[in-house]
Amino acid sequence: MGRFILRRLVFFAITLLITSVLIFALIRAAGGNVAAILLGKNSSAEEILKLSTELGLERPLPVQYFEWMNNFLHGDLGQAFRSKQLASHLIWTQAPVSVPLSLGGLLLAIIIAIPLGTYAAKNFNKPSGAFVALLSQIGIAIPVFWAGLLLSLVFGVHLGLLPTGGWVPWTENWVGSLRSLVLPVFTLGIVMASTLTRYTRTAILDVMNEDFVRTARASGMSRRVALIKVGLRNASLPLVTVLGLLAAEMVGGTVIIEKVYSLPGISRMILDNVTAREVVVVQSTVMVIVIYVMTINLIIDLAYGLLDPRIRVGK
Amino acid sequence: MMEDFALKVENLVVSLGDLVAVRGISFVIKKGERWGLVGESGAGKSLTALAIMGLLQDGWDTSGAVWHDGINLLTASDKKLSTRRGRTMSMVFQDPTTALNPVAKVGNQITWILRHHMHVNEKEAIEQSLALLNKMNLPRPESIMDSYPHQLSGGQRQRIMIAMALACYPELIIADEPTTALDVTVQKQVLRLLDTAVTERNCGLLLITHDLPVIAAMCENVAVMYGGRIVETGSIAEVFTNPRHPYTKGLLASQPTLDNIDLEGGTRLTSIRGSVPPLYAMPDGCAFAERCDFATDKCKELPELDDQSQRVACWNPIAITQKGA
Ligand SMILES: Nc1ncnc2c1ncn2[C@@H]1O[C@H](COP(=O)(O)OP(=O)(O)OP(=O)(O)O)[C@@H](O)[C@H]1O
Ligand code: SF4
Ligand SMILES: [Mg+2]
Repeated sequence: MGRFILRRLVFFAITLLITSVLIFALIRAAGGNVAAILLGKNSSAEEILKLSTELGLERPLPVQYFEWMNNFLHGDLGQAFRSKQLASHLIWTQAPVSVPLSLGGLLLAIIIAIPLGTYAAKNFNKPSGAFVALLSQIGIAIPVFWAGLLLSLVFGVHLGLLPTGGWVPWTENWVGSLRSLVLPVFTLGIVMASTLTRYTRTAILDVMNEDFVRTARASGMSRRVALIKVGLRNASLPLVTVLGLLAAEMVGGTVIIEKVYSLPGISRMILDNVTAREVVVVQSTVMVIVIYVMTINLIIDLAYGLLDPRIRVGK
Repeated sequence: MMEDFALKVENLVVSLGDLVAVRGISFVIKKGERWGLVGESGAGKSLTALAIMGLLQDGWDTSGAVWHDGINLLTASDKKLSTRRGRTMSMVFQDPTTALNPVAKVGNQITWILRHHMHVNEKEAIEQSLALLNKMNLPRPESIMDSYPHQLSGGQRQRIMIAMALACYPELIIADEPTTALDVTVQKQVLRLLDTAVTERNCGLLLITHDLPVIAAMCENVAVMYGGRIVETGSIAEVFTNPRHPYTKGLLASQPTLDNIDLEGGTRLTSIRGSVPPLYAMPDGCAFAERCDFATDKCKELPELDDQSQRVACWNPIAITQKGA
């Protein structure tokens, strides 16, 4: 297990290094003349050059990259050119919206999908199982924004149970914050649950055909007991891997959902800053999100190691 | 009512949609009796075994009857079957590398059986498991109990499988090619263990294997399967000395014996020409006809097993030339 953890950590570090280079390169490649855009249409060539030099944009790219990384690692994520706000401050104020939304969605997806997928697998040759499979298939096909609009229309507009958008800060009224999060979390959760339900069903069906499940049944476990005692635990292994993929889907979903429910979250903040060409803020925030997703993945990987004795205990 | 048989199979048919893999077979295994089931790949041996255990995959249908411990296994519910499986009948599978739950300790897999069927407490279950592993010649049983399957060798795992099959003193053990996946040296040891255990416990045994000498050494009776049917059955002495079915004769001739191997390493093994017809193209008459040297027009009709003590299903059976030993 020790070597496994070490391998995962090294992998984690290398991936972060590579993504940081990619983020830097992509943003620079797509950015155009940053100084010109920041200064607006009526700026002169000298002004642009002056600002470029001031921002250090005239220096060689590797130097800029290393400076950014160096600052980043020391906790200095840079600041916005116009508003002079610190990127770290911006992230810090948006995180209380985005983190509960994304983690809540992931958690809800798990809570919905595991029992539902198990049910679909258990009843795979009955209409009820086929119905659940169909439902998850439909769920996968529905775009996130559409699911969001639908839910807010039903529960917000028609039933008037929950706010259809907007945000109440936690410090102001935490019940209000929770209420604003319910529909977004459900939208994200249901969409991700569709994918996960399908994977759960497949994973369990696959496992139930394994030789060791047959042995378990030959030893006296009924189909149901074998499913619970042997099937689920073994099916959880491929599912843990799927959760890692889902964590990435989660970020994409969060971007759209924050838009649909007009939540002041991180993704909205990034979009605003991309439009404003606040290169440093975008760079650092995207990096923070990558670290967030990678950390979830790392935790999932380690959980996998704990679940699977073939990794945990050597020969 | 006390039955004197461990298993009674009556006209068992196993099919998947239109494909009929086992075409009406019958045999009785008395308590303490050992039966060998032989036949080429695809004859339907494994499906027979799985049908008896009620472990066929979804989609397979059965008809006929399989009597064991007072119930018809073919019609009993999964719940009812689960009170018999591992308790009064158990099965050892071919591939020990995939047959144990990879995420559970070996010890827990054995003790579960004892606790479930014998209702003993944890401590008692552990003691009995250790004794079983000891019996299987597994050194340091405590550390084996504490291991996961991937930490053990194939031979060790198959001994564990046998220990699990024997744990509750079943009346019937079905072993489907229990040593095919093992090294030759380990094969002998595992078979000897199975042999001793079955003798000691007086269980009925159905041993499926391609290895005729093994059947000759371990069993009293043999059934030869071809194309989903039993084509010859009788005592080992009868069938092995005087095969009456041309297929049995061919099968015996294709095994190495002292008579047909010479010291230069060359062999005079005769393999049966042709191959088993696929399920979807099974002839109406004798399934062996295409490969048979004795085939006549009559063979277009289906031969049934005759009423001799050494039963054969063939229109032109080979005459018995000498008395079996
Ligand atoms: N899942 C399946 N789907 C379709 N046909 C199958 C399936 N399983 C087995 N069969 C067919 O049923 C027939 C009998 O199979 P079975 O496994 O009982 O043979 P066997 O006698 O055990 O052979 P072997 O010696 O290779 O183990 C074969 O023709 C095989 O191709
Ligand atoms: S019935 Fe005919 S074809 Fe079949 S084995 Fe006997 S002689 Fe050969
Ligand atoms: Mg087989």
